[in-house]
Amino acid sequence: MGALGIALVVLMVAGAIFADLLSLYEPDRISPRDRFSAPSMEHFLGTDHLGRDLFARVLHGGRIALSVALSSILISLIIGVALGLVAGYGPRRLDNLMLLLLDSIKSFPTVMLALALVTLFGPSLTVVMVVVVLVTMPGYARIIRTQTLALKESEFVTAAISLGAGTPRILRVHIMPNVIGPLLILASMDIPVVIAIEAGMSFLGLGVRPPTPSWGAILNDGYAAIRESPWIVVAGGLPIIITTLGFTFLGETLRDVFDPRLDTRR
Amino acid sequence: MSLPTVNLLTIRDLNVRFATERGELHALRDVGLDIGKERIVGIVGESGCGKSTLINAILGLLANNGRIDGGRILFNGRDLTRLDPKSMQALRGIEIATVFQDPMGALNPVISVGRQMRNIQYRSSLRNKEKDARSVAMLQRVRIPDAKQALHRFPHEFSGGMKQRIAIAMALMMEPALLIADEPTTALDATLEVATIDLLKDLQAGIGCSVLFISHHLGVIAELCDEVVVMYAGEVVERGSTSQVFNHPNHPYTARLLECDPARQAKRTRLLPTIPGEIPDLRHRPPGCIFASRCADHRSACQAPPPEIEVDNGHFARCIHARHHDENSRSRRP
Repeated sequence: MGALGIALVVLMVAGAIFADLLSLYEPDRISPRDRFSAPSMEHFLGTDHLGRDLFARVLHGGRIALSVALSSILISLIIGVALGLVAGYGPRRLDNLMLLLLDSIKSFPTVMLALALVTLFGPSLTVVMVVVVLVTMPGYARIIRTQTLALKESEFVTAAISLGAGTPRILRVHIMPNVIGPLLILASMDIPVVIAIEAGMSFLGLGVRPPTPSWGAILNDGYAAIRESPWIVVAGGLPIIITTLGFTFLGETLRDVFDPRLDTRR
Repeated sequence: MSLPTVNLLTIRDLNVRFATERGELHALRDVGLDIGKERIVGIVGESGCGKSTLINAILGLLANNGRIDGGRILFNGRDLTRLDPKSMQALRGIEIATVFQDPMGALNPVISVGRQMRNIQYRSSLRNKEKDARSVAMLQRVRIPDAKQALHRFPHEFSGGMKQRIAIAMALMMEPALLIADEPTTALDATLEVATIDLLKDLQAGIGCSVLFISHHLGVIAELCDEVVVMYAGEVVERGSTSQVFNHPNHPYTARLLECDPARQAKRTRLLPTIPGEIPDLRHRPPGCIFASRCADHRSACQAPPPEIEVDNGHFARCIHARHHDENSRSRRP
């Protein structure tokens, strides 16, 4: 399952990176003569209502989806880990303050939050990323905090302190390796969620601006013509499904890798 | 008091209090003890008598609600109660090292043993290769078979006894002047206990460090320690050399404790002897003798704090009944 996950992820990432080499057409080249053509050897996934090659648009859309997902998850991880460690290891009062902050952020419904931010700042990729960070970060911080709380009292941390380790060292050397595994698994499984958020916002016109290819935008384009030309929606939906499966399988595999107790090689 | 220069650690009149929701808890009262250079000193006492609090006070790791309320902890001539946190941290692991009770939890489960042993040496300027060589040498000293391979393994791949030996190896890595062993054998079975005691003795002699050994197992203390400190409810009730305290207990608590040792029972019995009564509430510590409420020899004079009487050379008991050996040849009460 791990191999399949990695294969699917590699497939999508490679497609995004080499989008220019792989596609025969420009992703936003309009050709009215080829409108609504079904998948063929010329257009692998067909064309949309403006005659744009869907294969090219899917590959270029992957760039948007993956770069938004990976970079915003990374930012979210960094902030979440920092806040979680402070909340878990720091004084009680700070912990309460952090929890209040995290719970308030988390209590915003995703769509409401997205709408509010788009209303304030206009639709853009940055807004999508901010939404993703705000949605995923509290979960990471919570996980880190809970685990840190438990580990803080563990004997090996006491032992390390009594053998002269300071707080930064305790956090970095003794607590981080214990908490980072589960977190990376969660992050890997969150990537599809993020891709869905990006696609959803673009579908609603709250994400990337129209000419830019995005999986959500492709879905939106095909939505109106779903009866006559269903391949447009398929072209938009298929990559979302493949990526979701890939990263979910990858997350499962990561879990086995990060837990030395499950190691069966020895 | 004996000459302070030959002592590695001297504790005098140490008082520790904890702020709790239901009043202040006087956890340690006027605790005093000496640990000579290269000596092994044992602390005995039942659960809750302040053994762990004493360790944490020495290490400067009291919980946030605890504070040292008077007294001195002199280590190599420096008063640890006045040391700033930075210097205290510099002391831990280098000059004072600690081994804890639970070998299962003492090692970080997700880091290889080699990494952990390297981590302990983070203040040393050696290269990683040299650090690893030192780790291997140390693991060999605690008799871990195939020490080189052991560096690459994780804690769950070792047995409980091996984990405890690895923890001991880590504590002694920097060749500290004082090793504090907090019930290191309690979680081990009897055979391993003996082996660990032998090992500790060897290592102590090899490194030339002093050991403060905490246990409630009297047999282990008798086997390992040069001197014994008996604690009861946060006070040192009796201290002296192991033979003095075990053969001529002068405090009634010590005497009763020795009677209760299952290993000393002459007859097979289903009912092990116990000391009636329980430890007084330390939030309302009685002003007089702390053991008075459970003592068969309780007099009205016990309402006043008892003096610490030197009954023999270096043998002290905090009881008004304590008499110098020459004056008093009474045997232990039945």
